[in-house]
Formats: sequence, structure tokens, C-alpha cells
Amino acid sequence: MSTQKKGWKEIPLAGACWMSSTEYKTGDWRSYKPVWNADKCTRCMFCHIYCPEGAIKHDPETDKMVFDFDFCKGCGICANECPADAIEMVLEGKE
Amino acid sequence: MVNKLSEWKFTSKEFAQTPEKFLSGHRACAGCGPAIALRLVMKAARGPIIATNSTGCMEVVSTIYPYTAWKIPWIHTAFETAAANAAGIESALKILRKKGRIKDEHVDVVAFSGDGGTFDIGFQGLSGAVERGHDFLYVLYDNEAYMNTGIQRSGGTPHGAWTTTSPAGKVIPGKAEYKKPIADIMVAHNMPYVATASISHWKDLVVKARKGMEVNGPAFMHTFAPCPRGWRSKTEKSVEIARLAVETCVFPLWEAEYGEYKLSTPSKVIALKPERKKPVDVYLKTQGRFKHLFKPENKKVLEDIQKEVDRRWQKLLKDCKTD
Amino acid sequence: MAKVEQKTVPLSGDNAVAYAVKQCDVDVVAAYPITPQTIIVEKFSEYVANGEVDTEFVCVESEHTAMTCCITASATGARTFTATASAGLALMHEMLGVASGCRTPVVMSVVNRALSAPINIHCDHSDAMCERDIGWLQLYAENSQEAYDSIIQAFRIAENLEVILPTMVGLDGFVLSHTLENVSVLPDEAVKKFVGIRQVPRVINHEGKLVPFKLDPANPLTIGPLDLQDYYFEHKRQQEESMRKALDVIKRVHDDYAELSGRSYGNGLVEAYRLDDAEIVTICMGSTAGTVKTVVDELRENGVKAGLLKIRAFRPLPIEDIVSNLTGKKAVAVMDRACSFGGNGGPLFHEIRHTVYDLPDRPKLVNYIYGLGGRDITPDMIDGIYKELQKIAETGEIKNKIQFMGLRE
Repeated sequence: MSTQKKGWKEIPLAGACWMSSTEYKTGDWRSYKPVWNADKCTRCMFCHIYCPEGAIKHDPETDKMVFDFDFCKGCGICANECPADAIEMVLEGKE
Repeated sequence: MVNKLSEWKFTSKEFAQTPEKFLSGHRACAGCGPAIALRLVMKAARGPIIATNSTGCMEVVSTIYPYTAWKIPWIHTAFETAAANAAGIESALKILRKKGRIKDEHVDVVAFSGDGGTFDIGFQGLSGAVERGHDFLYVLYDNEAYMNTGIQRSGGTPHGAWTTTSPAGKVIPGKAEYKKPIADIMVAHNMPYVATASISHWKDLVVKARKGMEVNGPAFMHTFAPCPRGWRSKTEKSVEIARLAVETCVFPLWEAEYGEYKLSTPSKVIALKPERKKPVDVYLKTQGRFKHLFKPENKKVLEDIQKEVDRRWQKLLKDCKTD
Repeated sequence: MAKVEQKTVPLSGDNAVAYAVKQCDVDVVAAYPITPQTIIVEKFSEYVANGEVDTEFVCVESEHTAMTCCITASATGARTFTATASAGLALMHEMLGVASGCRTPVVMSVVNRALSAPINIHCDHSDAMCERDIGWLQLYAENSQEAYDSIIQAFRIAENLEVILPTMVGLDGFVLSHTLENVSVLPDEAVKKFVGIRQVPRVINHEGKLVPFKLDPANPLTIGPLDLQDYYFEHKRQQEESMRKALDVIKRVHDDYAELSGRSYGNGLVEAYRLDDAEIVTICMGSTAGTVKTVVDELRENGVKAGLLKIRAFRPLPIEDIVSNLTGKKAVAVMDRACSFGGNGGPLFHEIRHTVYDLPDRPKLVNYIYGLGGRDITPDMIDGIYKELQKIAETGEIKNKIQFMGLRE
């Protein structure tokens, strides 16, 4: 965020804030990226459930697990918990 | 209380569609256990909800001005005040609804606090709020040290663990004291609902969180939430480590309504088949904070840990009347 | 002439405060007992138990929690009140800053009592003086009547949308809190109308929309975030601005109340008692002002040009009023009922001295630290102060800048 920061007369009082943290992309933190194998996946939802970022969602229409790489920090919990070995952690850039 | 699982829609597929109220973009470490706990509890919410945090990891990572990860009304005041915050909010809601100044609808009040703000500095406020019977759910995310200030020991740090204020030194190998049995202490308050939960057993956690919200009066949920940074463990193992804690009975899962203990399924399974109980080493080996215990000179500490785990497990079985 | 008819009730200071709170449609009271404030909470509990008030009374387990509950209840939109003294105020210290920073207009009655150690339950101002810089408005009452009036005004002042800062009203421990006085009380309806229903401020959110500043599921917002180096300073500047605006607000609310009740206290910020042509002046706060007034009257009868500048609002400091009232005065004694250890005099002395520093012809200023731990201050002692002031006015010489009045050497 390189916008000019506001002065004391312009910001709301008491530090009240609403701006969603989703404006702050934490995806650039990661070194490893999860790669999803749709065929192996049993749609158990463990990856969605255990992701600390909430960066994995299930799209009921396409029945795909959608990984939001704007926020994935590459912790690897999804790959570790997946009972079907459907997620592999690959070095960023080498997937 | 009746498990209204079907009404609550907690099958994995249904649960995956519940709205996220603890949003992405928070600045927790990769693999953060407490972040998982908070996210799951918020997904278990049933309607209008106001949350409050004490100062700590989750408060700091979720609300760095001007960003906020909370899609609900939320307030933070100080370190020892999670329960007191909830008490104030609940009192205001009660009276304003009575006076017709706000909408006549029930609003759940949830307080989140780490082990620092619960076992130690916030204990007085918690005990007071529970004694007064305020209607709120208190979620303790236990990462077993004051993580936010740099991994210092707390009343929740287990025996033998390395922390920066209980380092594994030549004379004293890690924390000398044992973990304060906070959930048992809360049960002794004779409060409506106390539960222990682990991020590894998501459904158990979510059902208990919902129960806590639905209970009329104070509810306390002690949630086991590994911290890869402070525990010196691999980021991808956070959930696995929490599971091992349950499987070794380091952190058994149970609930208690007005002092009546009941073992939860993941731990009941072990009670029924004791051979399923894994030795404590299996759990300790996964974390660098216990590394020094595997040196020959610290063998006794390992034995003491196993002894204490066994003692507390037996006591729990007795309390649950399953021994 | 007063607008409404009032009845006279014999009330001690504490009871007068409880009575005022009863009439002000307070939503949440969270309090912990401490001598000499206990009667406020006890009396209020009676009102609650008898259904005389519609208030959620939370018997918290410490003063720290009391202030916390008031803050979050206020953040949820409730009108809140608490009371404390001495060590209780000290225990709340952390949360006082939070109340001010979170812009929650909590009203608190501080029954001024000495700080430990050694433990002392009697009157002095050291408790509130420790909270000078924390961002709370501070009003001091001279008698139980003023305590009653000030509490009612405090709700309007604190909740004013230009201020939105917590406010404390001080009354001297035991001297006022436990002493019976005839207090004129307004009718319930008049007070209710005066304070109105708590209005929550509106703020512009990041989308440019005007939303109420309170915890409400219909309008989610975060209160009390983490400020890094890039925003904290600006948030503090906002508090300072509201403090400055409070000067006018205190005056306006005071004047409105004076119209309603027929009672006024100077201009609301200070009371200039026989100051116009005074040459020697005493400055003080709290119940001592009442004693000084009797001495001033006596001196005046004997042709001495004595006067009193009573400070009612200590925070925000009424700079203009202090300067204008002390211009042309020859000798001024500032009476401090608190000691700022190692600080070159008492706190009020500091404030007055630096406020008049820029006057081209500033008066000679001396400091009397008195009454610590409930040590009595008598008309004779005050007479002694004026005699010293006379000497200073004549000779222009100050022998002892800082003195302890009533201390056994």
C-alpha cells in the first residue's frame, strides 16, 4: 500500500476500523505452494477446515477445491492432513 | 443438552459453506494453531455475534490498523480483560434490549484469549465474570506460553518445556512447574458448560463451540492450539501435533455441565481400549521445545511428564466415571 | 431564577452522587467498593433492588474490571457510570487510558482519597492528580450540592459529540462524602430531559459511509486495534483536540444547567470569588474552597483586598480564565492537596505557574501543600496564608516558595 497516509483530522476517532484484512495479501509470504490433484481428492473438506488462512474453499458448482494464492502462506497443513494425498507442496515457481 | 448436529449443519460439506467471519489476510505465522481455532469457532456462530479479544497473538495479527480480519463487531481493551470485556458487552446488551433501545434479538458474546490472558493475568476477571453468571462463551486458545511477547512461560506451559523464561539450561532443564489445570478449575466454579477441544478434532471443537454459545450463562472452552514458532515444530504439523496430544492423553477431550464430567469420543475411544494410548515421547519428539529432554541427563523429566500425564488421565477417568 | 421547583433533601456527598445517578437514566453501573465511596454503590444497589432505577448493576470483582465493563458497555451504546477512590483509581489506571483512547464517555465519581503507602482512607487529591495526563476530564466539587449538579452535567459533557471523552467528578473523601448537607434536587423528569438519551457518535467508515460508532451486529466495526508507529500519534492528537473543545462544552452545559436549576459555579470552569479588585489571591480546588470563602469574607470586612480563584475544571485546564483572572494580581498562593514528590511543588502549582508564565507582569506565586491524608485545613491556617501573601505583595520578596501547611516539623 503506497497511498499517502491520512492526517489526524481525516481518520475516524478511536482507531475504529473496518477495512477488511483481505486487502492485505499475505500470499507473498510463502516459499512452498500447494498443488491440488482433482482426481485423487475425495472432497473431505479437511484442507478447507484446517487452513489457518481460510484460503481453500469448496466451490459446490464446479465441485473444485479453490486455492486462494493471494493469502496462502505455504504452511503445508493442507498437504499434511489430506487423507488422499491429493495435495503436494511444491517450491514456488517450480509447480 | 441435545446435539442438534443436523440442525446445525455440521457435516463437512455443509460446514465448508458456512460464512467466514475471521477473514484471510491476518498476519498470523504460517501454520498457526490459534488461527485455526478462531476461524473454526467463528464458523460455528449461529447468528448475530460480538467478539472481544484480550491482548495477544490473535488480537495483534487480526487488527493492525487500519485492517481488521473481523467481519463482526469486535473490541479489544487490554491484556487481562477478555472476560471483563464480555461482561460489559453482555450487560449493555441486556439493559438496552430491556429498555427497547436496540433490536430485540439475541446476540452471542464470545471472548477469545490466549493462555497468558487466561491462566495468569486474566484469571481474576474470568473467575469474576463466571461467578456473576454473564451469558458468554470464553474461548481459550492455548499455545502454552506468552507467544506474542516472545515465547515466555505461562501457567499453561507444560513441565519440562523450553521457553525464553524457562530455558533448558545446565542446571534447570526447562519449566519446573506443571501445567495449571485450568479447565478443572473452571469446572469447580460449577458453571453451566466447560469443554476441552483440539484443533485436530474439528467437529468436536465446532460442536462444543456452538454448545457454548447456546448455553444460557457462562461457557468455557479450553482449545489446544499448537504454535510452530514457539514450540519449534514444523508448520505443516500443527494439526498433527494437536492430534498426538489427544492420542497420548496429554490433552484429553471432555466436557462438563455443572460439574458433571463426560469424556468426548476421541478420548473415550482410548478409555475403552487403553492399548490405544500412545506414549508421551511420540508427542514430545515432534517439538524442538522438548528436544533437551531426550538427552540422557534429563531422563527423569521425561519420566515425570509421563507420570503426570497418566495421573491426570486416571483422575479424569474417575471424574467421568469410566475407570 | 430557577426554572423548575426543587426539593431540599439532606444528603451526604456520596448519597447526593447516588441520587444524581439514579435520575440520569444510566444503563450500566459496574463498581467495586472502596472507602469512602462505598455509600454510593450501596445506595445505588438499594435503588436497583427496589426497582427505582432501570440499570444493570454489575458487582465486579475489582476496580480494574469495573472500568473495563464500563468501557465495553459504553462501546456497545450504553450510558455507564462507576465510582472509586485512591487505590481503586490507581488500580484502574491502565483502563483509564483505554477509556479515553477508545472514546467511551464513561462518567466516574472519584471520592478523593490519599494513596498508599502507608494506607490512609482520608481526603487528599493525590489519587486524581496521578491521572492528570491520561485523557479524562476532571471536575472538582466544593460541596455535596455541586457534586450532585456536576454529576448530572458530566453525562452531557462527556457524551457531547464534540467531546466524547470520559469524565471524572471529584469530591473530597469524608469531608464531603460523609457529611450531611441540604441538597436541592431537581425533579426526575427535569434531569431526564436534561441528560436525554445517550447519543452515539457517527463516524465515516473507509467506504465513506456514516456509521454509528458502537458494537452493533448490523454495522460491524473494530474498536481498539493495534496502532503501529504510523497512526498512534494521530489518534492521540484527536484526543487532545476534543479536550480543547471540552472547555466550551463545559461552559455551555453549565450555563444550561444554571438556567434550569438557578445554581451556577462561576462560568463552569473557574469561579472568581471577590477577585475583581483583589490584590492577594488563593487558588484551590474542592471543599477547601468553601473554607477559603469564609476567610475571604472576613478579610474583606476588615478591608483586606483578598480573593479566591476556585478551579472547578482541572482538565481541560482553563488557561484563558486563569490568565485573565490573575492578570494584575500581586501575590498568589496556590494550595495543593497533593504532593508531586521531587517535583518542585504541587501539581496545581505547576499548572498555574506555567500558565501565567507569559504574562508581562505576572504575579508572585507561592505554593502551599496541605491536607495530605485528611490533615485538617482550618480558617486560621488560611488566614495565615493571606497574611504571608500581604507581606509578599508589599515587599515583592518570596521567602519560601513552597511550604507545607499544617505539617508538624
